[in-house]
This record gives sequence, structure tokens and C-alpha cells, in this order.
Amino acid sequence: MSKKISTEDVKHVANLARLAITDEEAEKYSEQLSSIINFSEQLSEVDTSNVKPMTHVLDMKNVFREDEPKDWITKEEALKNAPDKADGQFRVPSILE
Amino acid sequence: MSLLDLTIKELQEKLSNKEITVTELTQACFDRIEETDDQVNAFLTLNKEAALEQAKQLDEEGIDADQFLLFGMPIGIKDNIMTKDLKTTCASEFLSNFEDPLYDATVITKLKNANAINIGKLNMDEFAMGSSTENSAYKKTTNPWNKDYVPGGSSGGSAAAVAAGQVPFALGSDTGGSVRQPASYCGVVGMKPTYGRVSRFGLVAFASSLDQVGPLTRTVEDNARILEVISGVDEMDPTSANIDVPNFQEALTGDIKGLKVAVPKEYLQEGVDEEVANKINQAIDTLKELGAEVDEVSLPHSKYAIATYYMLASSEASANLARFDGIRYGKRAENADNLIELYKQSRSKGFGDEVKRRIMLGTFALSSGYYDAYYKKAQQVRRLITEDFEKVFENYDVIVGPTSPTTAFKIGEQIDDPLTMYANDILTIPVNLAGVPAISIPCGFHSDNDMPIGLQIIGKHFDEGNVYRVAHAYEQQTMHYKQKPAIGGVN
Repeated sequence: MSKKISTEDVKHVANLARLAITDEEAEKYSEQLSSIINFSEQLSEVDTSNVKPMTHVLDMKNVFREDEPKDWITKEEALKNAPDKADGQFRVPSILE
Repeated sequence: MSLLDLTIKELQEKLSNKEITVTELTQACFDRIEETDDQVNAFLTLNKEAALEQAKQLDEEGIDADQFLLFGMPIGIKDNIMTKDLKTTCASEFLSNFEDPLYDATVITKLKNANAINIGKLNMDEFAMGSSTENSAYKKTTNPWNKDYVPGGSSGGSAAAVAAGQVPFALGSDTGGSVRQPASYCGVVGMKPTYGRVSRFGLVAFASSLDQVGPLTRTVEDNARILEVISGVDEMDPTSANIDVPNFQEALTGDIKGLKVAVPKEYLQEGVDEEVANKINQAIDTLKELGAEVDEVSLPHSKYAIATYYMLASSEASANLARFDGIRYGKRAENADNLIELYKQSRSKGFGDEVKRRIMLGTFALSSGYYDAYYKKAQQVRRLITEDFEKVFENYDVIVGPTSPTTAFKIGEQIDDPLTMYANDILTIPVNLAGVPAISIPCGFHSDNDMPIGLQIIGKHFDEGNVYRVAHAYEQQTMHYKQKPAIGGVN
């Protein structure tokens, strides 16, 4: 069975998805994702030339509400579950080199 | 006979007559959990202190069971439903420190308003991705009918807890069968409502165009009552439908004379276990005896449902799970020296194998050069699958078939083979793709392994009433729910 997704593809996709993977994992995912993609090739046999893609089950359009301020969570609450915080803010490592 | 074997009606009658107190009923759940959960492993977090406190309050206020549909009723909650101040992990290592959720899901607010009592949080496949609950980062839930077997998934904890009599009712969530398949494997009743019937606010999103919260119970009547409580439009979820919530219990008349029932030939074809098919055919005969008119129909695009689903659900998941970045909540990897590394390390350590697999599959399907071939194509086939249902429902009230092609499988049997695992959902996935409601109810046992078999009843959009009507009529005729697993020395 030809591999649809090479280990290089897996590493590219993992980077896009912000996942760090080892070479060993890349090998495994290459095989598993390829077999899932191969399986999904069956969709190409369906004639969909005049079929509109379905994005949503219900025939709904935009749902509007009044734009009114409401009480929600406080700053303290928002920070409550943060792994690292300082001075009322989330703290992260440096973003720029 | 345990208190926990009674229906909501029976329990509330006992409360009204002062035969029992809410505290006794709540305590009975925790006793039963203590007695059985070292074997079942259904619960991740118990809400004992708060639940008993709430029970005491309700007892002090006095029994007014008629005023509240779920007054004093104990319920277990799948761990992907947000509960304020009660740990919510989605069975993921990533959320292992998420002790203080800031708000309740709308379904939890509604349960609280109905005076139901949250007993605790139930095990599941991590982020609801899986069909056996083996993808939990914490524990392996077993099937109460035989501990060597999986309970199904992803709402395996919810189904097992109800089957084991730990709680009489539970909430699960269903994206591709995650309420109905475990209900089938554990011999309980599980409902996936119409997409939009129940607010998704506070349900941790997996695939937003497919996810719905649904009840798991032992009887159809209890199920209908819980759905009535949790349903309704919600301004916090713009995809919740602004449609009146009927009193579903009015549909439980036992009368299905003249009701038109369709049986898709694709649902009883090869791949479906022979004895499962036989049991479904017996159930169909029962429906005929009750006066239903039954015909064979076709849902020709059914065979494409799994591929369609895995493209769409994984794509949506890859976007939804981007929020888990290790910054605002959840576990953060240590020693990352820049932001990108922090994301990557936190996510890689926090997510399990199946979650990573689906995030990567979805990212691939949405990536430049593949979007049209995989994602858009799947959206088109989704429409064809939906149109199959629409055509049948022009002439029929409900569709029936098996919930799953087989009974429960053994723990460890399928975990290494994603595609075999995915095939468990072939009969439940089309329902999510079309957004229609469907229930699984017990219809007997397999002679090879004595494990339960589930009958699936599918309805039109927002016609849960007729689904419940047929399910209830069948249940009352056969009374399968009276059979319970022997576990912890108690029947």
C-alpha cells in the first residue's frame, strides 16, 4: 500500500497543529494516517458535481441579539486557572527572539 | 430491590409520601458507588459534599416534587460538560489541574433549576474521541455486564454508571454515536437529540456541527423527562434552535398503530452480526404486532458515512482543540524557552494518542492543497447522506435498525487499530451527519457472550416525540430494562 502521508508530511502537519512529535511517532502516524486517508479515498467515487457543501444541519441564518454589556467573569476569575500569571496578566515565555 | 432501581415518578412519589428523603437517596448513590466503583471505574470526580449539602437543603425546604421535574433526582455528568467549581477534565491529562471551571454549562444550569443533584463526573474517551472509553487518561471503565468488556464510548462512564445502578440517570454527549453506542453496549436507554435541541454552551467542543448532549437512563419515560428539562433555545449557543420544547411524556401512550416504520436494508447487511440482526428483526416483529406498518427502504450513501465523518469531525476537532495552548488554563510544559515551543510541548504532553491522531488528520484535511479533495468533498457527501434521510422521512415516521453492528468487544481488543475501532460507529454516525434525533434501547442479549444488544430508533428533525413513542411502546411490551447486571453482589 502506497503511503499517502510520508513522515515528512506528518512532521509538517504536526508543526501546523503545534504538536511536537518524535521520529518514531512520525513513523507510526504516517502509517496510521495513510491508512485512514486511503480508506477515505472511497469518497472520490461519489458524484458530487452539483452538490452544495453542507456546513450546517439546520436552515439557520445569522442569529442576532442586542449588544448589551453584561456581567461575566472578573479578571481575577479569568486568571484563576492560569499555570503562570503576574501583575494581573497571563505570563508566557518571550515571543520575539 | 434498590432505591436506585426506581423511576423518577416512583422516586418522587416516595419523596412526596415522605417514605424517603432526598438525603437518603443521594447517600444511596454514594454508597453504591463506593461498593462497586473499584470494579466499574465509572467516576472521575465525586461531588459528594456539595451534593449532600444540596440534598439537605431540599429536605429542609420540604418536598415539592410536582413543581420541579427533577426534584431531588441524582444524576451523573460526563466529564466534558462544564460544572462550576467542580473539576472538569474531559478525561485528558491536559486538564488534570482544571479544578475551578468558571461557569456551568447551560444543561447544568437547567438541571440545577429543576432541583436535580449532580453526583459527580463520569469517565469518557479523552475529549470524546473514541468508542470504548479506553482513551481516558485516567482509568479503564468496565462493562457492568462483564468486566472483561468495554462499556463503549465515548460516554462509557455515563452508560456504565447507569447500568451498574450507581446513578439512575446520567448525561453524555454524542458526536458520532457516543451516547447511543455505550447505551447499547451497557443495556441502557440513550438519546441523541436533534442537533440544536439542546444548548452546547459549556459542552467542551469536539465537532461543533455534530455534538449534542443527551440523557442516559434505564427507562424511556425517565429519558424523556430529562430531555425536556435540558432542551431549549439558549442565547449562549446561537446554534440552539428557537423551537418550542414539547412535553415528550405526552407521546408515551403505548399506541403506535398505523405508525410508519422504515427499515434500511443497509443497516442489516453484511458486517452486522447475525444474531444482532436476528434480534433487530424480532424487535421489528414486535412493532408490527403493536400495529406499526413496516417497510424496507434504502439509505444508499450509508457506506460513505465513516469516511465523511472522520474527515469532518477531525477537521472541526483540529480547530476546536487549538484553544488548549497551556496559557490560560490546563497543564503547561516546563522549560519551554519560547512561545511556539511552549504550545508544542504542552500539547504533546497533555494530549493522548487518539487525540493527536485526529488533530493531525483534521489539520491535514484542512491544509492547503487538500481542502477540496478531503474536507469539501466530505461536506458534499454529508449533504447526500442527509438527503437520503429526508427522502425516507417523506413517507415514514421513524427508521429502525441496530445501534451497533456488534455487542461490546473485549478491553484491549481494538485499541491498536483505529479503522476497526471507527467501524463500530457505522450505524450511529449517519444520524449525527443528518442532525436527526435517535435513541438506543435494549432489545435482548447475544447468546455467545450474554452482552446486551441495542435497537436504534431514528426520527425526523425535532420529532423526538415519535422516537420516544416507539421506544416506550417497545419497552413496555418487552420489559428488557427489568434485567440488570449482577455487580458488587447486588442485583
